[in-house]
Amino acid sequence: MDGGEELTEQETALYDRQIRVWGVDAQRRLSKSHILVSGLKGTVVEFCKNIVLAGVGSLTLNDDREVTEETLAANFLIPADENAFDGRSIAELCCDSLKDFNPMVRVSVKKGDLSSFGADFFDKFNVVVISCCSLATKRMVNESCRKLSKRVAFYTVDCRDSCGEIFVDLQNYTYSKKKLDETVECQLKYPSFEEAIAIPWRSLPKRVSKLYFAMRVVERFEEVERRKPGETSISDLSNVLKLRKELCLAHLLYAMQSLNESQIPDALLERLIAVTREFPPVCAVVGGILGQEVIKALSGKGDPLKNFFFYDAVDGKGIIEDISNS
Amino acid sequence: MASQQQAPAIKGAKVLMVGAGGIGCELLKTLALSGFQDIHIIDMDTIEVSNLNRQFLFRQSHVGQSKAKVARDAVLRFRPDISITPYHANVKDPDFNVDFFKQFNVVLNGLDNLDARRHVNRLCLAADVPLVESGTTGFLGQVTVHVKGKTECYECQPKPAPKTYPVCTITSTPSKFVHCIVWAKDLLFAKLFGDKNQDNDLNVRSSDAASSSEHANDVFEPNKDEDIEQYGRRIYDHVFGYNIEIALSNEETWRNRNRPRPIYIRDVLPGESVQQNGNAERMPLPDDPLSVSAMASLCLKNPQDIWSLMENSRIFLEALKLFFSRRKKEIGNLSFDKDDQLAVEFVTAAANIRAASFGIPLHSLFEAKGIAGNIVHAVATTNAIISGLIVIEAIKVLRNDANSYRMTYCLEHPSRKMLLMPVEPFEPNKSCYVCSETPLSLEINTHRSKLRDIVEKIVKAKLGMSLPLVMHGSALLYEVGDDLDDDMVANYAANLDKVLSELPSPVTGGTILTVEDLQQELSCNINIKHREEFDEEKEPEGMLLSGWTQAPAVENKNTNVANGASTSSSCQAVPLETEEDDELVMLPAGSDSSGKKRKISDVSTTAISDLSTAADEKRSKKRVDELDDDGEAVVMLEDGNADIGKGLQ
Repeated sequence: MDGGEELTEQETALYDRQIRVWGVDAQRRLSKSHILVSGLKGTVVEFCKNIVLAGVGSLTLNDDREVTEETLAANFLIPADENAFDGRSIAELCCDSLKDFNPMVRVSVKKGDLSSFGADFFDKFNVVVISCCSLATKRMVNESCRKLSKRVAFYTVDCRDSCGEIFVDLQNYTYSKKKLDETVECQLKYPSFEEAIAIPWRSLPKRVSKLYFAMRVVERFEEVERRKPGETSISDLSNVLKLRKELCLAHLLYAMQSLNESQIPDALLERLIAVTREFPPVCAVVGGILGQEVIKALSGKGDPLKNFFFYDAVDGKGIIEDISNS
Repeated sequence: MASQQQAPAIKGAKVLMVGAGGIGCELLKTLALSGFQDIHIIDMDTIEVSNLNRQFLFRQSHVGQSKAKVARDAVLRFRPDISITPYHANVKDPDFNVDFFKQFNVVLNGLDNLDARRHVNRLCLAADVPLVESGTTGFLGQVTVHVKGKTECYECQPKPAPKTYPVCTITSTPSKFVHCIVWAKDLLFAKLFGDKNQDNDLNVRSSDAASSSEHANDVFEPNKDEDIEQYGRRIYDHVFGYNIEIALSNEETWRNRNRPRPIYIRDVLPGESVQQNGNAERMPLPDDPLSVSAMASLCLKNPQDIWSLMENSRIFLEALKLFFSRRKKEIGNLSFDKDDQLAVEFVTAAANIRAASFGIPLHSLFEAKGIAGNIVHAVATTNAIISGLIVIEAIKVLRNDANSYRMTYCLEHPSRKMLLMPVEPFEPNKSCYVCSETPLSLEINTHRSKLRDIVEKIVKAKLGMSLPLVMHGSALLYEVGDDLDDDMVANYAANLDKVLSELPSPVTGGTILTVEDLQQELSCNINIKHREEFDEEKEPEGMLLSGWTQAPAVENKNTNVANGASTSSSCQAVPLETEEDDELVMLPAGSDSSGKKRKISDVSTTAISDLSTAADEKRSKKRVDELDDDGEAVVMLEDGNADIGKGLQ
């Protein structure tokens, strides 16, 4: 495997229990990985905690927003002492706490707007995780990662009300897994975010999670209305329902005998636009799954998720959906 | 599920968390963020370095401090206005009685052992407080809801028993590395450094009485005229050479087995003395006895390396020497501790030398430590996910939303596209001796077995009672407690050693015994059936309890060709509470078309065991289907994925 460096005694002692789960090689690869996160909402904060504890090489935080009551709601990294804020950004405040979690991980802040970073910026990372950003930014960052000569794993994550969504793009991903007694090479081909969401709904397999469609409607709504991510309320419902109809038509959902608008229930859309605050237990669940997936992708151990994950606390299901042409 | 609607139920709730470890840290954080304002937390443990990779409320500087207290302080930093009450104590302490439990609206378990889980389950039943139970190992986890009368209790389903190994396998015929570890830890280490008065099956006794007595008696005591170096070499030759020769002399044993190879120190380290190899004399001596290390003396650094027979032999001699030179005072009182570096080194080396003798692959110190120390695989992510699921269920309980209670499995490989799989909770098991009043039945030889056998092997070991009371009708046969007078204590002690049929109130076939635990407020009846004979191999306890179910033992016990020459007792079981490493195959072999067997670690301490029996899987399949009322996944997928339900069809 890559690199022959051994873990230090300190690392072996600290990571003992997890090395027993994923092995020394995986731990070594983790400690050489560099991760960028942008948009420090509750779910991403959970993810940051998980990945810092796991012992990645470095974590770069990007979020210039100032602390508000809402940002504090699902954030356990920011101490309650208001004097400590002192005009500092969310990323700066989270950085201090995360450093403290694991002195062996380099945690730093990158200021600036995500959409202003050039492709070469992303080249420094092995994993890019973005949250609460516009559809255009998602596309742009995803494409930037894809243009690079080395593979940069790309993830988006968003939670609204009791629902969460993860998207994964590992491009062309090869990994080994144990099947019975032999190790076999597996290959997965991921579509980009743009490619995935462009797949006509009529050609998707039956029984794709309703959340997939609902999230696309809300995402599109925010784009056409030029809203900031999460800037919706119940008063938008009629327009959202209108947009749902248009999208269903565009994707020829009507043409399908069994599928229609009810595939995207009113009540679900209502929840997603009315309660844009995160629900902390859902952040823990989705941030946990995301942490696990990033560890898998970095260590090359285990089947990675392809390519969407949905969780809704209302029915309790955590579902993987493969939205691709392959 | 909008958070606003839940606010009153959460704000007014008083919750008890049991455990501030891996799940506990995550849970306390998630509860605080979710708006809980009155949280009590019990944990008897203090913080260790190996906790820090996942128990994120703790730092290096907290090592040695109370988990419950440090966790509280850490959470108050971001939620200063809530009330968190820590107890640095054992949940089994009498202070935590039924009245204590009654003050809570819900109890949330983040425990790491079966015993405490059963205890909390009983107190919750007695206090009629809902319990949300959880467990994780590696990437697997589970959350269940236990509400008296509505859902099954934690003990309605059998839990996997701690793994046990027949003594003969350990003493004479090891076939796996774990057998060598048990031998090195429970027999050799205990013999050399532990309580000398303890029974110990270390010696393979020969039919030749003379040589047996000559070698077995004081062979482990250092002779007056030998130095520690000579002593170590003599012990080495005795246990790895002589004892193997003795075992080999019994041809019957080896008819269908590979014959072991006796190993003598002169062959492995010819003419070599450890002093010449080790740097022990030149190294500065550490002050802390727990940091004395044979690896350090011998310049072996990487705990992941697998040492050669020669290296293991050097470690063996060096560790033994260090115990006698640096930790002499402790000898006679030592018991194996996974955090005792020298003990781990000694056990690793001894197990490896024995493994070499029996043709079993050698293992690294890291691996040996995991097996010997029963170390549970643990990662932060699973604990975080499980904590979120616990809070979601706790909120349903507080809102009395019984129809939406779910037990949720967190899986490593998706099943029917699901990584998180909710299942409708099961109804109480009508014949559960804990939450129903169904009597148990015990077959026993009432003319031979003593009351002590029932108290120790049944009431304590199987029924999990810690402060038991045994009654026959209105006659008290046995009880424990601080408030007993001396006469009663003497009386009960005398009863323990009496044969059942000769007790003041004789216990014979047809007797109904009542056993109670006053702290747990659990009472159950046992119908006694007299039986004359028991199979020594299959029923080594000499009794058979029914109505109490235990999951089938995992270990495939090799039929023991009894060591004909052995005078030691028949094959009793040596328990090894392995919490990892040994995996339970969840599905019958070949039932899974993809060939991808789904395994789940045999963790006696986690509730994951609910997944482990085929019967349960059938149940879960049924329930999963019932849940699909929206028609989303009624049709089984046909992608050949490992699938709990499908595999059993």
